[in-house]
Amino acid sequence: MTKLLDAPASPARPSRPGRAGRGASGGGPTGPGRTPLSARGIATGIRNLLTSPKYGPVTVTAILFVAIFIVGGVRYRGFFSGQVFLNLLVDNSYLIVLAVGMTFVILTGGIDLSVGAVVALSGMIAASLLQTGWSPGVVIPLILVLTSVLGLLVGLMIHVFKVQPFIATLAAMFLARGLCYVISQNSISITDATFVELAVARIPLGGNLSITPSVVIALVVVAIAVWVLHATRFGRTVYAIGGGEHSGLLMGLPVARTKVLVYVISGFCSGLAGVLFTFYTLSGYPLTAIGTELDAIAAVVIGGTLLTGGYGFVLGSVLGVLVLGVIQTIITFEGTLSSWWTKIFIGALLLVFILQKVLTARRR
Amino acid sequence: MTHHTDPAAPVVEMRGISISFPGVKALDGVDFRMFPGEVHSLMGENGAGKSTLIKALTGVYLIDSGTIALAGEQVAFSGPAQAQAAGISTVYQEVNLLPNLSVAENIMLGREPRRFGAIDWRAMRRRSAELLAGLNLDIDPGSLLGDHSLAVQQLIAIARAIDVQAKVLILDEPTSSLDTDEVAELFRVIRSLKEQGVAILFVSHFLDQVYEICDRLTVLRNGKLVGEYLVEELLRIDLVQKMIGKELTTLDDLEQRARSVVVDESDAALFVNAAKLGRRGAIHPADLPIAAGEVVGLAGLLGSGRTEFARLLGGIDRADTGELTVRGKAIKLRTPRQAISHRIAFSSENRRDEGIVGDLTVRDNIVLALQADRGWFRPIPKRKQDELAQSYIQALNIRPGNPDALVRNLSGGNQQKVLLARWLAIAPRLLILDEPTRGIDIGAKAEIQKLVFTLAENGMSVLFISAELEEVLRLSHRIVVLRDRHVVADLENDGLTVDSLLALIADGSVSVEEPGEADAAAPAVTAGAAVAASATAPAPPTAPTTDETEGGRR
Amino acid sequence: MSAVIARLVASRLFWPVVMLLALFAINLIAFPGFFAVTVRDGHLFGSLIDILRNGAPTLIIAVGMTLVIATRGIDLSVGAVAAISGAVACSIILGSPEPGSLATVAVAVTVALLISLVLGVWNGFLVAVLGIQPIIATLILMTAGRGVAMLITEGQILTVNSPPFKFLGSGFWFGIPIAVIVAAVVFGAAALITRRTALGMFIESVGINPEASRQAGVRARGLLIAVYTFCAFCAAIAGLILTANTAAADANNTGLFIELDAILAVVIGGTSLAGGRYSLVGTLVGALVIQTLVTTVYTVGIPPIATMVFKAAVVTIVCLLQSPTTAEALRDFRRRLGLRAGKGVVAS
Repeated sequence: MTKLLDAPASPARPSRPGRAGRGASGGGPTGPGRTPLSARGIATGIRNLLTSPKYGPVTVTAILFVAIFIVGGVRYRGFFSGQVFLNLLVDNSYLIVLAVGMTFVILTGGIDLSVGAVVALSGMIAASLLQTGWSPGVVIPLILVLTSVLGLLVGLMIHVFKVQPFIATLAAMFLARGLCYVISQNSISITDATFVELAVARIPLGGNLSITPSVVIALVVVAIAVWVLHATRFGRTVYAIGGGEHSGLLMGLPVARTKVLVYVISGFCSGLAGVLFTFYTLSGYPLTAIGTELDAIAAVVIGGTLLTGGYGFVLGSVLGVLVLGVIQTIITFEGTLSSWWTKIFIGALLLVFILQKVLTARRR
Repeated sequence: MTHHTDPAAPVVEMRGISISFPGVKALDGVDFRMFPGEVHSLMGENGAGKSTLIKALTGVYLIDSGTIALAGEQVAFSGPAQAQAAGISTVYQEVNLLPNLSVAENIMLGREPRRFGAIDWRAMRRRSAELLAGLNLDIDPGSLLGDHSLAVQQLIAIARAIDVQAKVLILDEPTSSLDTDEVAELFRVIRSLKEQGVAILFVSHFLDQVYEICDRLTVLRNGKLVGEYLVEELLRIDLVQKMIGKELTTLDDLEQRARSVVVDESDAALFVNAAKLGRRGAIHPADLPIAAGEVVGLAGLLGSGRTEFARLLGGIDRADTGELTVRGKAIKLRTPRQAISHRIAFSSENRRDEGIVGDLTVRDNIVLALQADRGWFRPIPKRKQDELAQSYIQALNIRPGNPDALVRNLSGGNQQKVLLARWLAIAPRLLILDEPTRGIDIGAKAEIQKLVFTLAENGMSVLFISAELEEVLRLSHRIVVLRDRHVVADLENDGLTVDSLLALIADGSVSVEEPGEADAAAPAVTAGAAVAASATAPAPPTAPTTDETEGGRR
Repeated sequence: MSAVIARLVASRLFWPVVMLLALFAINLIAFPGFFAVTVRDGHLFGSLIDILRNGAPTLIIAVGMTLVIATRGIDLSVGAVAAISGAVACSIILGSPEPGSLATVAVAVTVALLISLVLGVWNGFLVAVLGIQPIIATLILMTAGRGVAMLITEGQILTVNSPPFKFLGSGFWFGIPIAVIVAAVVFGAAALITRRTALGMFIESVGINPEASRQAGVRARGLLIAVYTFCAFCAAIAGLILTANTAAADANNTGLFIELDAILAVVIGGTSLAGGRYSLVGTLVGALVIQTLVTTVYTVGIPPIATMVFKAAVVTIVCLLQSPTTAEALRDFRRRLGLRAGKGVVAS
């Protein structure tokens, strides 16, 4: 028995709904900004902004920072001052530099666990060399070169030998921390005149406000990083790798070079952060900055960079550092609130940001 | 026709290209050439070597032997960047763009306009806006790529490819996510590029489109060159035949048995019935009743919906319309596990990614589904596992016959037999085999075919998918033909020939003489009419009503 | 003969065991009495016993970590979970009127273990249900967990005076340290449960090819939750042993970096971080290598805290040996060697 069914004469492809925008006068089915301006339009606009993978997380962070700052201002006398804000930068300048380096790495979808140990190591190198009478003009460049080379080795291990970033940077972390102990097991204080001068120097901004040279250095690093990521081919390749390494390769982008270079940058930033940290503490101590890598990663994630790579901004990471800083400041102002709440808050924030990503992905 | 079509020198000339992967010879001494100002199509079924050939040309794969010449000059690309620089531009099937970057960047990345060392964003937006306008694409170049539909992304990928002043433009399945208007737009662009002397490689499994836009085509089968033809000189039916090929294994014995089997078609024997089962973007709602002990063949080209339909029945993908009944009871299949508990087994065409668990032993692979069905807490005793493994190794002649060998070290045919053993071990009532004989040697193929017979004789229903029509004809009691994601025919395997199936697959016309039934169906459409109709007026899909199908069966 | 050697070398346990033996040899040269085990007061003493006892917490966590890694996952939160369980146990014992009673300690240990189950289910939920990458999902608990532990201890180091609790860490049973016995039980239980049921096969199958496993009907969701829960449970046991050893809960330092040591033990033991086939025996050898390394550094006279440099060296060497790039280079090298040796090789 043979059955014949109605055979469509050609590939009939019913047009799909929701796709009418293309080619018509509608202006294209793009993200925020295409909805007409009305109360409902603004509401959807805000929703689109918050759920946009590019701008959503960083907007949330900015709102969060302002909210915490306002809460602090309402609750505590003397909180709402310019100097409290500037002190966030002063106290966290090294963390800002670390977060900048970490942003490059995480944007490519990698991770760098070694930064905390490298901060400690550069402090130890600085302290021990200055103790034997080396000039700061030699010591600081030397540290930056050494930590960049360490980053280069890590990058090569990851790219050439296909070792997972987690493990390769773990090895670097062990190495750096171990070398700290090899240099000295005790704290070495720094008495070098230049370092002491830099440590106590304040740059007045007028009206009783002041910052430290470290803040200036950190902000310069941020500015350079913003420019590199936004306006250079290297920077765009960093984003491209995070968006899809294979696609980037097929587009003919220099994936290999870029992947190695981000770890060099992170190494360099860790070295610089280590130097800034010694300006802050005026000593080298092998146990210092334990767990700082987690702070840096948390700042980057809270700042809106996806841990899987591809989305995020350096300025977001700076905002992330400031959020961590302001939480700490509030806990100090509160007095009765203990310091461990910082960690719990950070964990909760991480959860919120990761869940937001999951929910955004589900909605799309 | 134009002076471009037949100039003296080809722009691309590949000779004797061979590429091997562990265990597979993906390309075997293939010649391929393209002329400037022509649209060329590369045709072939799964595993024919189309993608491999494209990746050899674009520098993604290194070739084992052979030569590639571009505009008369010998080249050896060590990566896609070099191929691009040499003027070969590619739009891959799975759109290889970056969803996290803007449209403009996706078009210009790697050759952004720069000022004082920095990217000139304004120039970049302006240039990409021009390119998009050239494609009649009205979107904001600053918007995120990921915010756009797949079809728009595909056009953006084409914009990127056009911008490089390519000598050769490769479009790998560019139309699979486009609707009719978008296809027309794309064809307009292709024609204008052709006018400019660009050689375009257009790969598509929509035959109508190939016949509409292409000048010349090259057919590959199983990694070998079948031939190069001018489209206007090659009949559609001949093309399909060349793609599918003729398998010369004769299994006379089986053939006779096939005819003698009488399938009990009473309601009680109806094992599975799919009623208007469909899934958006995969397969239009269609009916499929399968009786116990019946072998149903699904015939159709790659991308016709044959795999997609089978996946719905196996619970691999969820159907979004229609109803599935097993022995008269309506069920919903959300996971493969549920299908297995209804004794429905689905063996994927993608042996490596969806079939074998490479680093486990033959024994573990054989017992996996059975064990999963029992749950982790009721392990199959080691002795029982060994018995099972041994019995299937013997019954299916799996080589090497060592249950402790890692499956990944077995040949393709033996891996396929291990998979069959896995599914047979759960004693399925319905066994769905998606291209079980692809890429395996003749001997193993004959063994698997024989097995299907024996199983059906013992009352098991089999849904059999194969690109080889002889195989489908030899094994099936009934054959369901799919084209462009529609079921276009459901025929008893009685007097069917390869040619009649080819005709159905190629353009929906039916050459089987069954006067009584033929009246009820749509009038046969000729090849020419189909081509003419396709570009402009898509006929609405008219699925058969349930009554018709049921009536036909009773 | 050469075939036997080739089989040995190809075994995944070959390099870890060689490494362990080399470390033993170094110890024996530096300290001839290394292998001596004496009985004092009915207890076993000696370097080997020390290695076993000090390595027990790492081994226990590494057992759980092995199963997690086999499913293509990773658990960074084990150190924090260890700290939480120690903190919970100590604060219960401190809060009880009878810190020395066996019942108090039993309650404390049980509550600590139950809490770890909750934490494990949490990790498993994030990974299996929400589909968050394991490294990210467990980072949350890694960060917040220490804060929670400090919240429980209120930032203090809780010192308890409870002989039964202390016994957990430094007691002996039939002359063998309790910690070693606990580690052996955990190891044996994990081996038994995964290899005598179908769990081990499912874990490997999901780790090797998730899609093929799904199509074969393996339910990954419940499996992943179970594996993360077991890992957290192991972490809690290790945390209790570490805390009992010093009779003090230090939320900041209990189990600090132990996640890294545990992951290292798993990797040294030949289980790939990419998931799939796992070897608990390999993990055992890996944990012993790490602990022996620490002991070796000590016996050879290098400042013990420099151990980390050696750990870095071991991680690097192991990773480079396992790297596909190295394998390819070796294959190339062998092929060229074969070509140079001429056609005589063909016969073999």
